[in-house]
Amino acid sequence: MGTFPWKAVSTRATTPVIYFVLTILWEAGVRLFHVPGWILPAPTAIVAMAKEWAPELLYNTYITVRETIIGFVLALVLSLPLAVIIAFTSTARRLLYPILLGLQSVPKVALAPLVILWLGIGNWPKIIIVILVCFFPILVNVVAGFEAVPKPMLDLMYSLRASKLAIFRRLRAPIAMPHLFTGCKVAITFAVIGAVIGEFVAAQEGLGYMILMSTAQSQTPLAFAAILLLTLISIALYYAIEFLERRFVTWHP
Amino acid sequence: MMAEQPAALVSSAAGTNTGRSPSDGTPAIELFGVTKNFEHDGKIVKALGPIDLAIENGSFVSVVGPSGCGKSTLLRLVAGLDEPTEGRLRRYGSELDGPSREVGIVFQDHVLFPWASVLENVMLPADVLSLPKAAALKRARWLLELTGLKDFAGHKPHMLSGGMKQRAAFCRAVLADPQLLLLDEPFGALDALTREELSLELSRLWQDLGRTALLITHDIAEAILLGDRIIIMSDRPGRIRLDMKVDLPRPRDVSTVKNPRFIEIHQIARELLFARERN
Repeated sequence: MGTFPWKAVSTRATTPVIYFVLTILWEAGVRLFHVPGWILPAPTAIVAMAKEWAPELLYNTYITVRETIIGFVLALVLSLPLAVIIAFTSTARRLLYPILLGLQSVPKVALAPLVILWLGIGNWPKIIIVILVCFFPILVNVVAGFEAVPKPMLDLMYSLRASKLAIFRRLRAPIAMPHLFTGCKVAITFAVIGAVIGEFVAAQEGLGYMILMSTAQSQTPLAFAAILLLTLISIALYYAIEFLERRFVTWHP
Repeated sequence: MMAEQPAALVSSAAGTNTGRSPSDGTPAIELFGVTKNFEHDGKIVKALGPIDLAIENGSFVSVVGPSGCGKSTLLRLVAGLDEPTEGRLRRYGSELDGPSREVGIVFQDHVLFPWASVLENVMLPADVLSLPKAAALKRARWLLELTGLKDFAGHKPHMLSGGMKQRAAFCRAVLADPQLLLLDEPFGALDALTREELSLELSRLWQDLGRTALLITHDIAEAILLGDRIIIMSDRPGRIRLDMKVDLPRPRDVSTVKNPRFIEIHQIARELLFARERN
């Protein structure tokens, strides 16, 4: 006793233990009260179903992840130049920024049926929906980042007669980096939701489609397995961005 | 022993010092009836002046004043970061036209970029002014050695102490070998001990570099210790109340503060600064 780091172990183990206990309670509750499997399946039933449907689940995971990542990357590619234009030309700022802020308030998922109506049921409508939900958080955060420059730093650059380009490269871009990653972390979480919504409205593949189909056929455990996978995708993508952030933003504000 | 100063490499190659001889008598800075007003809630606030002042080339001038007297505004005007409301400013005989690469500024709060290393921060003027890289790098390393930061060149600013940050900021300000050095309360954010140590170090460095310097401070002792001349400002709108030569021998060190002349000047300055409260 005494030397064993009980405190460190218990701090690290708390969260897994809570999840484990909740899963046990779930399993026990379902068995004890004889809850029908089509209402709430037991964890063991979900695992069994997931094993049985593994190839389909994996394929549809690939579809949904692909839509999510393509949409996210395209949103990034579109929003960054626009953020630069808004931050550096006052005309663009006056004209575009109010429109973009207005559009930001539109609940993008409500546009999903329209996007499907216009573009059909292929992969692109889902990617477009993902772009719509990712675009604004990235844009707004990056524009804010370009403007988060402390005045003394600007004075320093002015005192060197730095050009607008030099101020952008040496000062505004590095300052905006943490803001860019904040925007990306919000966007990637939205992106998964966007892809699923697109698949809900009209699709023949993807995890969203699987959830819809399996609930329609009372195969609730399969729906749970798909939901679990979506959660894992969301978490994995979020941490992937956080990993990149830690690699590229090594400074402390 | 310190390496020999490679200053000429940067300045001659980049043409930053355009060969103006320091001995032709043209003051580094001249102010004629300069005032500065600010607008605050629709009301005009007189911050500074009118001020007439000439700073001779190669001298170290300290400006002391109560907080809010517009002494930082004065520095910003000389730096070309702000324009005067009235009056004219001349730098080396020519009308002032915005900031100049011949002016180096040490700001109150180091203003180092947190994402860049100490060396990268010091090299900033070289990047922005497109100075020859190799010569600038040589000078940056020499300056870092001179200020005891040699071993911290690769460190990020947040790993440095307050005094070290300000030393790095000083290195950056003098990298391009500016004719004029502007110091805006450079030790304001430091503790008393570091302040004294750093101001003596600055005094020595300034002598080595031989440039004109304008120091803004609220610390009388610091102003006297560093200056060839001290200027005492009144409350807002700041005007010159006293312009006095500091006839103390150089190099100055910790014992300078015990010099009777130092004590005398300190007393005069103190009385003047305190008298304003009774008026």
